[in-house]
Amino acid sequence: MPTRTVTVGSASGLHARPAALFVQAAAAAPVKVTIQVGEKRAVPANSMLSVLSLGAKKGTEVVLAAEGDGADEALDGLADLLARDLDAEEPANG
Amino acid sequence: MAELTGIGVSTGLAGGPLLRIAAVPALPEPAPVADAAAEVEKAFAALAEVVADLGRRADRATDATVAEVLRAEAMMADDPMLREAVQEGIEGGTDAVHAIDAAFATHRAAFEAAGGYLAERVADLDDLRDRAVAVCLGRPMPGVPQPGHPYVLAARDLAPADTADLDPEQVVGLVTADGGPTSHTAILARALGLPAVVSCKGILDVEDGTLVTLDGTTGVIETGVSAEAVDAVRAKASEAAKAIADSSGPGRTSDGHAVALLANVGSGKDAVAATEAEGVGLFRTELLFLDRTREPGLDEQVAAYREVFAAMAGRRVVIRTLDAGADKPLPFLHQDGEPNPALGVRGLRIARQRPDVLTTQLAAIAQAAIQTDADVWVMAPMVSTVAEAAEFAAAVHAAGLPKAGVMIEVPAAALRAEKLLGVVDFLSIGTNDLSQYTFAADRQVGTLAELLDPWQPALLQLIAACGAAGKATGKSVGVCGEAASDPALAPVLAGLGVTSLSMSARALPAVRASLAAHTLAECERLAAAVLDAEDPAQARKLVS
Repeated sequence: MPTRTVTVGSASGLHARPAALFVQAAAAAPVKVTIQVGEKRAVPANSMLSVLSLGAKKGTEVVLAAEGDGADEALDGLADLLARDLDAEEPANG
Repeated sequence: MAELTGIGVSTGLAGGPLLRIAAVPALPEPAPVADAAAEVEKAFAALAEVVADLGRRADRATDATVAEVLRAEAMMADDPMLREAVQEGIEGGTDAVHAIDAAFATHRAAFEAAGGYLAERVADLDDLRDRAVAVCLGRPMPGVPQPGHPYVLAARDLAPADTADLDPEQVVGLVTADGGPTSHTAILARALGLPAVVSCKGILDVEDGTLVTLDGTTGVIETGVSAEAVDAVRAKASEAAKAIADSSGPGRTSDGHAVALLANVGSGKDAVAATEAEGVGLFRTELLFLDRTREPGLDEQVAAYREVFAAMAGRRVVIRTLDAGADKPLPFLHQDGEPNPALGVRGLRIARQRPDVLTTQLAAIAQAAIQTDADVWVMAPMVSTVAEAAEFAAAVHAAGLPKAGVMIEVPAAALRAEKLLGVVDFLSIGTNDLSQYTFAADRQVGTLAELLDPWQPALLQLIAACGAAGKATGKSVGVCGEAASDPALAPVLAGLGVTSLSMSARALPAVRASLAAHTLAECERLAAAVLDAEDPAQARKLVS
């Protein structure tokens, strides 16, 4: 199964705005994506509550996984999003 | 139609359906599930409604951060894992309400276990759960209603958290069952310019959606009124709002009797913002002295005073010498250990122990006055006797300043107003302290709020004594306390002989419009009637 290992780049970790942006992007992906921290269970990346519960901070390493058509493209996009500092970026529709 | 009465704390008229802040619903006994598919549909619809409601609130939010927080909350309620857990629960025989409760409980435990930031988000989950449960039970969502149309908000009392969410487009008036004139609700309502009534027993027994009208001056609420009555009140309210918006120029009655409208300021910044004021009626100098272990030097004082005088060039500035002690302790004065600080060495009394502080301050005021062309008047706080007033006036004149006055903050001074005006040029009534000392009621004790109501006839009688002394001597008598910002009270004060009103700049237009709606003869008639009133509630009714 295709996977990507990414270091969380957002200053506040995978909380609030960065989490919301990530979950929205994951929900829009054509495949089911999971996200995993360390030895914890992998959780669906389209679940805000599950993603928040990971408690991922800036610098935490996470593993994204997906299977099926377009899995690689989806993972690349999500990995890129996670690596950026989303806190530092202006809200798109603010 | 029925009538309820409370204490009017923020003037103005409002009308509309009454809606209360809904309580968090209690979970009912678990019920058997007959049709699991229908039950799942019901639970999902409840969650969807919570998501939609949060989305609508986010769309309306004017603050980008608030909108973002609401959208993040909506995503939590829209979580597919949450729905999955609810569905599993229902298929396992749990009813919709309990399945929602259990699904949120799982995530709540995870958040708590994670600690830190997530533990702080537990309250968000509880709020979402409460909202979904309420919808499921067919009840309104907890918190301040957002019906999408104007309404009058009712509550036992308003918590600061509730008020953060108040939408002025929808909430047109406030009524609370508890609270007093100094409660959080009252302060907030005045700041928002919302008509409000507090301490209205029985308001919580009125059914949601009942049409009501509210008078924030008299405290009267009529319930079960017609839609026409609501429209009439709204028309009157918008007419009054228009009169306020259209008012301009100096303060005067409809027949041209002048009542100067001045601003209370604490700094040059405040003075610059007080563009509508005819001058400054109270320039508090304490700010400069607060949190200082040493007295600010002459030059520093000159600079600070000059800033305000310059902003008011050509206009009057009444500057008050240092008012410290009691609730405003200053470290450099070393006043620890007074058994009753409010009755201790405060205001002008400090000059008995530290005459140099006053001398320096007067020298600084004189220097700053020479450097600008403001009309500078100087007054002393907490004066009780004619001897104190005479001594202060002599010190002011010795510093080269022409206008010396005193504040009326204790009944002893009010009773001797005419004698005081024999030795000083003007009086300024500080109604907050005058209430405190007249009723022996600490300003900081919320439960005594009714005694500190500026409509108390005893307080108004002391103001009348000062007004009469002003008329007899032809000298100015101003009011610079909370009372001066109450539009309904302004004509009464003018009728009592008050010649200027000083308030926060924001309160000024409404006071000006209220004065302009009365002739001097009407003001005098209202003043006589109010002095005869039994209590503040009756006094308010007499002027409406």
